Amino acid sequence: MSGIFTKSMARNIFYGGTVFFFLLFLALTFDTERELPNRDNRAAITPQVAAGKHIWETRNCLGCHTLLGEGAYFAPELGNVYTRRGPDFIKAWMQAQPTGAPGRRQMPQFHLTDEELDQLVAFFKYTAEINTANWPPNIEG
Amino acid sequence: MQYKSQAVAMPYFIAAIGLFVGQIIFGLIMGLQYVVGDFLFPEIPFNVARMVHTNLLIVWLLFGFMGAAYYLVPEETETELFSPKLGLAMFWIFLVAGAATILGYLLVPYSTLASMTGNDILATMGREFLEQPLLTKIGIVIVALAFLFNITMTVLKGRKTVISIVLLMGLWGLAIFFLFSFYNPVNLVRDKFYWWWVVHLWVEGVWELIMAALLAFVLIKVTGVDREVIEKWLYVIITLALVTGIIGTGHHYFWIGTPEYWQWWGSIFSALEPIPFFAMTVFAFNMVNRRRREHPNRAAVLWALGTGVMAFLGAGVWGFLHTLAPVNYYTHGSQITAAHGHMAFYGAYVMVVLTVISYAMPILRGRAANGTKAQVVEMWAFWLMTIAMVFITLFLTAAGILQVWLQRVSDTPMSFMATQDQLTLFYWMREWAGVVFFIGLLTYLASFFIKGDAKDVKA
Repeated sequence: MSGIFTKSMARNIFYGGTVFFFLLFLALTFDTERELPNRDNRAAITPQVAAGKHIWETRNCLGCHTLLGEGAYFAPELGNVYTRRGPDFIKAWMQAQPTGAPGRRQMPQFHLTDEELDQLVAFFKYTAEINTANWPPNIEG
Repeated sequence: MQYKSQAVAMPYFIAAIGLFVGQIIFGLIMGLQYVVGDFLFPEIPFNVARMVHTNLLIVWLLFGFMGAAYYLVPEETETELFSPKLGLAMFWIFLVAGAATILGYLLVPYSTLASMTGNDILATMGREFLEQPLLTKIGIVIVALAFLFNITMTVLKGRKTVISIVLLMGLWGLAIFFLFSFYNPVNLVRDKFYWWWVVHLWVEGVWELIMAALLAFVLIKVTGVDREVIEKWLYVIITLALVTGIIGTGHHYFWIGTPEYWQWWGSIFSALEPIPFFAMTVFAFNMVNRRRREHPNRAAVLWALGTGVMAFLGAGVWGFLHTLAPVNYYTHGSQITAAHGHMAFYGAYVMVVLTVISYAMPILRGRAANGTKAQVVEMWAFWLMTIAMVFITLFLTAAGILQVWLQRVSDTPMSFMATQDQLTLFYWMREWAGVVFFIGLLTYLASFFIKGDAKDVKA
């Protein structure tokens, strides 16, 4: 911070650096968008999956669970729940909530119809088949 | 107070502190639900409490940023606010919209709230931190635009200092990146990819500009160090922040279906993200050591130093702890993340807002600084909250290490819930640390009501 390094030099480095790295970020984003069709399982997105995602969002599932590791850390990871538990278990589980076991964490009853449960399961199946670079480390999530 | 219109900041600061109290109460509820799972169920399920906890945090920090801008910009630009009336009107709109949203979370089932507020027309809800109904999101945009118009017009008609320009860039960035909250593709990978353009580019991008500008402003005021020196530091800090932070977004792109080269980009650049926070710490201590005056508001100086240190620890060190891809493979979405989140938000953003409030509030109330007694109580609050937050973070880190080991590293991995049962001791200790934090917060509130020998030295 001596006299040689002036404020206007600092300013120019700031603007130059920010623009450069933002453009680099955009370039990486562009490349990511090109690569994604090979990884994001988009071929599996059906209207049923879309409806399932809508249910996932409007019940605020992320307020307790993680999905691909993002969300709240109060309840199990669900990105791979389709693989871990399978469709029938997921549906039966949802219908059995809350357990009411004293002192245990409780999951609300969302009163989903059978069709809605199938949509949610379809969403989980789609999610489980996204290429996540082998995350999570094991089936427990 | 040099400019009458700076008074607009006062209600913003009061609302910020009020919502802060609400945030901590819901934090305590959640902390208890971690160990007494059915506490307040079904009245306030965990997901609702969490939504209230995190959304209140965001809203009160926004109140704090806006209040800080209304206070700082007239003084920096040496002119009255463009429109104090607009500033006050926006305050009430934001407060009512915020309160209505929180009440909506608490009183209406989330899916009903979604269909009542147009989520079927444009689905934006149910994503972490962006749970707000569409109407609230639109409201945030309107308030932000009106606020930015007001502040920008003020800067345009006044003196253009580096601090006000950097603050303005940060605030505009905040508004612009929030627009990505309206983009929610069905494709989950793309949804997550652009969701981070709000969340990461806020907290590890443009918010750092806001933080650095606010800190620089308070340091000029309390140390009397030459503006040229401080502004040069400011440029260096925000350069480091954006050069590391923009590509550093990549540390969120390891395991969400994005190409694997992000593991390299994300690891390398985010490993450098502690540097700007370290620079901020050095900056704060350096300026205070070179001070040319003894400002009577010693509490504000303490907050300014504290925010530098705690932001470096919380955002820098605890961020680095789990940012390298091979480490993050095991820690992603565990209690380690929660530990980092708590200390980073407290150290960087809570404390910088409290720094500004600590400096500005006495002046808004007609004195250069509070009396000694009030300041001593405020400093007690500083230490109680800060040490409590250190312990919250340490206990969550311990819980996280144990969790990662039992559930992910071990040869015989345990299920999520079986693992959680093993962490109970740490969750209880975290909750008690939370109680101490709350006591610190109450002490902080009390400091505003202590009368005594107010310091009348010109601020």
